[in-house]
Amino acid sequence: MAKKPSWWLWAAAVITYLFLYLPLVIVVVFSFNDSKLNAEWVGFTTHWYTQLFQNEKMLTAAGNSLMIGIVSSLFSTVFGTLAGVALSKYKLRLLPFLVLTPIAIPEILMGVSLVIFYVLVNQMIGILELGMSTIILSHIAFCIGFVAIVVRARMQGMDESLVEAARDLGATPLQAFRLVTLPLIMPGIIAGALMAFTLSIDDFVITFFTAGAGASTLPLEIYSMIKIAVTPEVNAVSSLLMLLTLVLIVIASRVSPSALRTNG
Amino acid sequence: MNWVKNNLGKWVLSWPPLVYLVLFFLVPTTIMFVAAFRFPGEFGGLAPMYNIEDGKLVWDLTLENFQRLFEEPLYWQLFLKSAGYATVTTLSCIAMGYPLAWLIARSPKKYRDLLLLLVILPFWSNFLIRIYAWMIILGPASAFTRAVNVVVTSLGFEPVQLLFTPFAVIVGMVYVHLPFMVLPLYANLEKHDLALLDAAQDLGASAWQRFWKVTWPLSLPGVFAGSALVFIPALGMFAIPDILGGTDSIMIGNLIKQQILDTRDWPFGSVLSIMLTGGVLLMAALGAVLARRGKRG
Repeated sequence: MAKKPSWWLWAAAVITYLFLYLPLVIVVVFSFNDSKLNAEWVGFTTHWYTQLFQNEKMLTAAGNSLMIGIVSSLFSTVFGTLAGVALSKYKLRLLPFLVLTPIAIPEILMGVSLVIFYVLVNQMIGILELGMSTIILSHIAFCIGFVAIVVRARMQGMDESLVEAARDLGATPLQAFRLVTLPLIMPGIIAGALMAFTLSIDDFVITFFTAGAGASTLPLEIYSMIKIAVTPEVNAVSSLLMLLTLVLIVIASRVSPSALRTNG
Repeated sequence: MNWVKNNLGKWVLSWPPLVYLVLFFLVPTTIMFVAAFRFPGEFGGLAPMYNIEDGKLVWDLTLENFQRLFEEPLYWQLFLKSAGYATVTTLSCIAMGYPLAWLIARSPKKYRDLLLLLVILPFWSNFLIRIYAWMIILGPASAFTRAVNVVVTSLGFEPVQLLFTPFAVIVGMVYVHLPFMVLPLYANLEKHDLALLDAAQDLGASAWQRFWKVTWPLSLPGVFAGSALVFIPALGMFAIPDILGGTDSIMIGNLIKQQILDTRDWPFGSVLSIMLTGGVLLMAALGAVLARRGKRG
């Protein structure tokens, strides 16, 4: 056997883990700091959280983010699941390109092309004014690929003979899909949906371009707070958002592996 | 009839996502490419693509937007600078990510998933929050900056500013992109046959030689895959220079944002976006070629 990792490798890894976590810990710690400055620990307070919950703009933005996240993850899960199944079952030409490219290019390119598209459509036929609807439409577009990849991976791990058995026993293709394939890939679909929801809640770049003056989301509010004046309120909202993401990850990890154990 | 029956599933599955992505990805991208050849509108946006003069259709397209890009060296410098930032970010990610990926790949199987999860977890918290955290750490009053300046002044130099500098931009970019480097590197390193290292040792190779002659060449596909995943998004970044960088640290993404949203010069913004797309395609092609060569060698 080759030798075990040497001490300096451990040291490098520990430093990198500190590099990854220290910034996040600092944000959470300072969200309870009784000082307007993010510099020194003065004392414990929950003042920034109470102030946050009285901030109308923040609450509206949080509501918007939640709405956008739910609607766009629902639709992108449906489209992404269809695409993921199609990609794993058939040799297709255009679909793989359309599904994978939005993931591979810098987000700003999608933001630029979408805002030009929406404004032109709005000038021509008067629909798609920049706001909630355009944010949702954009989020669906960039989430489809992520859902499709997760679902495709799940499809490839599936035993195809189960579907054949159902067909032999007289199930129609639709019945076989609904009663055999769908339950088997459900953990992948749920994981994809949670992923889409998180991506939507977190997205800044594409939302920044396609929001117009009509709507604001949490990341947009955080951005303007950071740009104008940094107060510990940002720490508080950041900590809450981190908590939400953590909860979602725990749910996802519970859903996926347990289902993996029982089904595959 | 049979043909329809055989392909029904394929059609039902692939048409809805296909139509959606054509409408909200392919069509907008195509419009952006056409916009690059048009004149800017009087109040921003786009001027008409053609006019009707004396009952005749006259196309009103131009190459002026591309000319502007080639004539003004400032824009080229900005492209080069952005590529420079993305390159430094990629190299730093390799330097930091390699030891970590290696350690995870060599640690006992039962800890691997946990160690990997610890790398991915920060990636799931909001991108702006992670950048903002560095605003706190690199700010002039922070404990970190003061400690750095104690060292710097004791060595006889002027105190330094960390926030709103190119340094801060690089730190932010490395922080945000590090998981994209660690994951493909881990996937590669985990598959290495350790017997090769034993063989090299038996033949008298030193630790350094074992790494440089065996592990490193075998890991090149992972290095190239990770580099593509870091370099491409880093190239188009605008939020990090916007928040952590000063006025000297703007990248091509900042100029695009300014042209599209503030100046509303869409044709020129589109030209810049097309050049960025070109740069990305170039890097992706290069990465693919290098990865294939690495696999062969």
